[in-house]
Amino acid sequence: MTRFKLEKKYKAVVIGGSAGSFQGMVKILESIKPDFPLPIITCLHRLKHVRHGFVEALSLKSNKKIIEPYDKESIKPGIVYIAPSNYHMSVELGNTISLSTEEMVNNSRPAIDITLCSSAHVYREKLVGILLSGANKDGGLGMKCISEKGGITVVQDPKDCVIDTMPKAALSMTNIDHVLKLDQIIDFLNELHAVCKN
Amino acid sequence: MIKDLDISDLRTITEVIKKTHSYDFTNYAMSSLKRRIVRVLENYKISVETLISRLQNQEGFIEEFLTEITVNVTEMFRDPSFWLALKKEVIPSILVNHENFKIWHAGCSSGEEVYSMAILLKEMGILDKVTLFASDIDPVILDRAKKGEYPLKNMELNEKNYIRFDGATSLKDYYTEKDGKAIMDKSLAQAVTFKKHDLVNGPAFTKVDLILCRNVMIYFNQKLQNDVLNKFHSSLFKYGYLAIGSKESLIWCDIVKKFILVNNEEKVYRKIKD
Repeated sequence: MTRFKLEKKYKAVVIGGSAGSFQGMVKILESIKPDFPLPIITCLHRLKHVRHGFVEALSLKSNKKIIEPYDKESIKPGIVYIAPSNYHMSVELGNTISLSTEEMVNNSRPAIDITLCSSAHVYREKLVGILLSGANKDGGLGMKCISEKGGITVVQDPKDCVIDTMPKAALSMTNIDHVLKLDQIIDFLNELHAVCKN
Repeated sequence: MIKDLDISDLRTITEVIKKTHSYDFTNYAMSSLKRRIVRVLENYKISVETLISRLQNQEGFIEEFLTEITVNVTEMFRDPSFWLALKKEVIPSILVNHENFKIWHAGCSSGEEVYSMAILLKEMGILDKVTLFASDIDPVILDRAKKGEYPLKNMELNEKNYIRFDGATSLKDYYTEKDGKAIMDKSLAQAVTFKKHDLVNGPAFTKVDLILCRNVMIYFNQKLQNDVLNKFHSSLFKYGYLAIGSKESLIWCDIVKKFILVNNEEKVYRKIKD
């Protein structure tokens, strides 16, 4: 179980995705174990005016606690945080979530760059960033932030994506540590689980 | 956005503003304030040192800065289900005891929600019974609210929201089109008093029956949220209502004990204790 040479230092996982990422996200949430030791902070592009149903759909096959956090909510290990519709989601020093209604970024609110960059600022080298399938370049800058702060970066293999624009944009913008198919991303998270537990 | 700003830079900037001007940003939520200031540095193509020097020495710069860093993204009838709850539950409940009442839009930004409220009241046939106050920290944006002119391209989304709110007619009936702008009907704003007011440093407001402060306190830290909620408490009549954004929560504030949550989904609170 040391295929990815992971260390125990990691404190959080942050995941971004857009078009074509929903099924992948469902599979990830279905595959990781309930006692996953890190918080999973997730920003997926979604319809702005639909507040309901997203968490429910992601929860169907998962035994994990999945929530759309309130502003100022504490970040806890093992919980999956999903950016609510029409809000940007950031991580604050002090390990809390903050939400905002600032301008759209990359034509998106929530924007992946905002979640990723703010997480990188707080967790620095202790952050794992994963970017899935998507149809625009959002997330590329975020992955660059993570890489610059010394965190580890993973993108879904463009060949494995429904739409490969997003991972390709990230690959062209910054150093990516691992390019993995969805099944391998799940292996990666399982190894992270084993390394970081207790 | 990749440009990074140290916490120490951020502290220096907020201290300078506090010392030189009457505004206090020290208890704003860090991540969004940082993004806003980085945005100013990028738009003006200046360094932190230049920003500080302009804040201290350049006449009129603080006003520009204020407009840049406050978030003024809003919609008419944002979260239509909230506006439906106002129409069906909150306002009828106020009307049980008061034929005339007062509403305060705290942090009204460019005024979209003020016009939404005026339209709602007009469709309920009670616009002339209600006194509306709209306040914001930023005089420039307050002027925009007073004018009630919006880019025509925004009206598509506003109209969609209005339809989901189950409005009585079409939004088009409330504005005229001119030079790519939607000019809101002047009669809507007749009962509105626009007032510059700083939630952080300003005094408590006049007493009202309903306060709307949606997605404003998310830019504050918990200490400041608590202070502002205290002000709202003293600005509300007993049994008055407070509406905040759907993903905001006040459970961290001490004074929340003096309120009950009457609509959890739309985050409408009611003051139950003085």
